[in-house]
Amino acid sequence: MTATTMPAAPAGHQSLNLRGQTLRTPVLGAIAVGAVALTALLYLVTSIHSRIQFVLIVLLLFSIGQTVASVLVEGARRARDRLVTTLVYGSFLLALIPLVAVLVAVIERGAKRLDMDFLTHSMRGIGARDAGGGIYHAIIGTLEQVGLASLMAVPFGLLVAVYLVEYGTGRISRVISFFVDVLTGLPSIIAGLFVLGFWILALGQPFTGFAGSLALTILMVPVVVRSAEEMLKLVPDELREASYALGVARWRTILKIVVPTALPGIVTGVMLAVARVAGETAPLLLTVFGDNSINMNPFDGEQSALPLYIYSQAGQPQQVAIDRAWAAALTLIIIIMLLNLIARFVASRAKVK
Amino acid sequence: MATRIEISGLTAYYGKFKAVADVNLTIEPKSVTAFIGPSGCGKSTVLRTLNRMHEVLPGARVEGKVLLDGEDLYGPGVDPVNVRRNVGMVFQRPNPFPTMSIYENVIAGLKLNGVRKKSLLDERVEESLKGANLWDEVKDRLNRPGAGLSGGQQQRLCIARAIAVEPQVLLMDEPCSALDPISTLAIEDLIQKLRSSYTIVIVTHNMQQASRVSETTAFFSLEKTGDPGRLVEYSTTSQIFSNPKEKRTEDYISGRFG
Repeated sequence: MTATTMPAAPAGHQSLNLRGQTLRTPVLGAIAVGAVALTALLYLVTSIHSRIQFVLIVLLLFSIGQTVASVLVEGARRARDRLVTTLVYGSFLLALIPLVAVLVAVIERGAKRLDMDFLTHSMRGIGARDAGGGIYHAIIGTLEQVGLASLMAVPFGLLVAVYLVEYGTGRISRVISFFVDVLTGLPSIIAGLFVLGFWILALGQPFTGFAGSLALTILMVPVVVRSAEEMLKLVPDELREASYALGVARWRTILKIVVPTALPGIVTGVMLAVARVAGETAPLLLTVFGDNSINMNPFDGEQSALPLYIYSQAGQPQQVAIDRAWAAALTLIIIIMLLNLIARFVASRAKVK
Repeated sequence: MATRIEISGLTAYYGKFKAVADVNLTIEPKSVTAFIGPSGCGKSTVLRTLNRMHEVLPGARVEGKVLLDGEDLYGPGVDPVNVRRNVGMVFQRPNPFPTMSIYENVIAGLKLNGVRKKSLLDERVEESLKGANLWDEVKDRLNRPGAGLSGGQQQRLCIARAIAVEPQVLLMDEPCSALDPISTLAIEDLIQKLRSSYTIVIVTHNMQQASRVSETTAFFSLEKTGDPGRLVEYSTTSQIFSNPKEKRTEDYISGRFG
């Protein structure tokens, strides 16, 4: 009998304490309510009004209260964990505020003028106080200018990226990399000024949609190069070697193995570049000049563009013009979103399921 | 098919570093030869010189001769792309192309080299997958991604991909080191089957594997880190494992070092 019983725990043995103490949910709720109440009190006695600051102060008080309570109940390690978790979630919510606010504001103010009539008419013959008018000419201009710019910038940027990743070694590639970095930070108006000074003034070309797309190309190329370069670098060397070992030439390996493997990332990068230049105003101001009539030909005559249209309408004193600007802004956002969805759909079709 | 490989005076460099020096050996056609030795002794490097994959790395170069049926792979005017069509390779980690289905993976070599005829491609897929002992497992899902297979199946897919281009020689660089024992057995069975049609060279860290699958074995070693690796002993596998001539070979295979 004595042989089968376990030896008794030695006297003074302490429990392993695997569970630890945890702050209960009602306690956290009480701290939150306290933070709100304290902030409200603060707003009553002082002259602070801002709603954003209210959220910030509540967050601050809550994390202080939570940390103190947690140190007392749970210990320092758990308290740090709670503090950082709160900070991370708080930052995420704060970052979301402007995004949602912009979307809500644009939809709220843009939706009332956005109808088929608005989308299918130009501003030709619309007086300063007239309520009608539309953005057909600006949509045409933006689509053509961004389309032409993409046609020039995407193949060119991809080729540069392929050179940098697959072929470039030593000095030349470092120099190219450096200039791509410099171009990435180029203020967009400089691109417009360059096209104005070189293409329009020095070479004597007219203001056209094409001149605008040249300026947009300058802005697009570095973004495309950078993102495509990062994506191509992510393709493992083992895939290149596997292809070489099958007796596939280098250029074919790049074309059929490396680029397709990196394609989803490249598409995302290209879409970011398109979205960036589609909203550019300054370079177009100096190159396409803006026009109230429909001009389908980007190579002949002045054109309009959505950002340009928003800029000129928003600058006018009449409420009808400002409404048109909001509706055009909403249209621009929708167009970019649609392009993004289409690109993602195409990229996902390229994958095997 | 199948080809004799003669290596003479082969020295391989990575930049200024001499990785392996003065290797001389002859590999008979339709045989399995194992390269064994401690890490860093240059066995994988020698393997990669046999299909000119060594020079793919920046700064890597080769001196000496590798004769494939009497023709020097490093002779003037030799196109490495054509060399690799005759000398296939299977890598340490299975590396199917992630953007391609099982079917497309097998015919990748053919398709990328311009074969278009559907009937020929279909035929070659079945042939190669059967050759790689994978057909029964994947014949109902040829259009699924190759990357969705298990590790052992992926490696057999890579072997199918390598034999689909009908090479003369098959190089295997530690093909089982990332696989479990069952998948390793499947690959070893496959090597037994392939030996009748290909000259096979396999690098392995697993000495039991070398003794199981190969007829001849080359033992590489190096004096100390930083020295180039050298071929220590090259003989029949039974000789190497039962009665090696060199003290260092005996020490290595009996587990006294490395």
